[in-house]
Amino acid sequence: MKIQHESVNMALDPTKILNFSPALRLQWEETQKKHVILYPEGIVELNVPSTEILKLCDGEHNAEQILVELEAKFNQTGLKNDIYGFLEVAIENGWIS
Amino acid sequence: MAGSVNQTITPPRWLLAELTYSCPLQCPYCANPIDFASIKNELGTEDWLRVLTEARAMGAVQLGFSGGEPLTRQDLPVLVKHARQLGYFSNLITSGYGMTEAKIVELKEAGLDHIQVSIQSPEKTLNDELAGTESFEHKKEVARLVKKHGYPMVLCVVVHRKNIHQIREILEMATELGADYLEVANTQYYGWAHLNRDQLLPTKEQFEEAEAITQAYKETVKGKMKIYYVVPDFYEDRPKACMNGWGTTFLTIAPDGAALPCHSARELPGLVCPNVKDMSIYDIWHHSEAFNHFRGYEWMKEPCRSCPEKTKDFGGCHCQAYLLTGDMHNTDPACSLSPDRERVYEAIFKARNDSESGNVKPLVFRNPKNSKMLA
Repeated sequence: MKIQHESVNMALDPTKILNFSPALRLQWEETQKKHVILYPEGIVELNVPSTEILKLCDGEHNAEQILVELEAKFNQTGLKNDIYGFLEVAIENGWIS
Repeated sequence: MAGSVNQTITPPRWLLAELTYSCPLQCPYCANPIDFASIKNELGTEDWLRVLTEARAMGAVQLGFSGGEPLTRQDLPVLVKHARQLGYFSNLITSGYGMTEAKIVELKEAGLDHIQVSIQSPEKTLNDELAGTESFEHKKEVARLVKKHGYPMVLCVVVHRKNIHQIREILEMATELGADYLEVANTQYYGWAHLNRDQLLPTKEQFEEAEAITQAYKETVKGKMKIYYVVPDFYEDRPKACMNGWGTTFLTIAPDGAALPCHSARELPGLVCPNVKDMSIYDIWHHSEAFNHFRGYEWMKEPCRSCPEKTKDFGGCHCQAYLLTGDMHNTDPACSLSPDRERVYEAIFKARNDSESGNVKPLVFRNPKNSKMLA
């Protein structure tokens, strides 16, 4: 799986439990056949991997656990850079904390 | 083009529901049409519920309840609740006038996602003067209550020559009120703002200073407050990609049910806007003459027609082209390639003259009396 993200320098604590922001909404859009993040004045369209990561930012998982779970789910290894990179972008954008 | 089915038509994503033209405020830069007082027959609750349902089925997901002042509609909680059930992300765009804590709670329970409060100036006297009502303290209180009840709070300040010198105070006020988002909206000169342009348009120096201050401030609040800076285009070389392209993304429904490709479109003579009482949202979006009028590039004149940038800005804003040149099919004079670019310089010149003359023209306030007189 390939996740596109901008490079940022936001420290990610892999042991910290992550939560999706209660001020935003993550939902499936039938007409676009995509998940989107909705926030004031904006829409972000998500690809499948990004959606899978964000769904696990549920107040029960930290980055390490998300990595383990998704590597198992997609039966792949070496996803750490992609997943951690995306989580950093998500933190920087205020989608998760 | 009317009546043809174009397979490349994208679905609407944003719906602006202008619930009413009633407003207790009188802002002289209001985007409502000058003749709002003569537009009667507000849609009823059932029509609005149907509009929300139909637009959602087509793909609209961002929803703004606006006006006028949407709080004057008694059925607002019913509409909000329906919107939430349909899966909209809904925003109440309010002056704060008439808002109470009980209403904030009621709307939250109904499923409203966020509230945008407008403040005219960080200084009471000017705020109240521009709003045409004593409203400053109450607006600030509403902003605090919005935060208190867990909504993302969007503060909107429209900027023009009367308040642009207060830009620092505007930014600081937003921080003090704990705004999550601040919209610094340079006035766009349509509707009442067009009428008051000589009195409202700042100088280039004022614009540049305000923009520099805002951009610098943006850095200091990164991660805490998101600032949307809406640029004015009188001092730009290229026009804005108005509405992200006509009939591609945005759908506005006016209080009487007129469906508009942009909220100023009913100013355009010759454009017959369809009404939701006569047509479904689907037919309006796909088949109405108004929504197809500026789709694609066929309608373009030169210099747009052969311009490589037409795919980026779609010729700019048709309302501005009409207001400045008298023909909505002309290139938006905000583009330096427009043969009518002179019109922009004239507007700037007239505004500067007004500000430098010892005899500044009074603002014409947006109220039913002036509307009837001017219509």
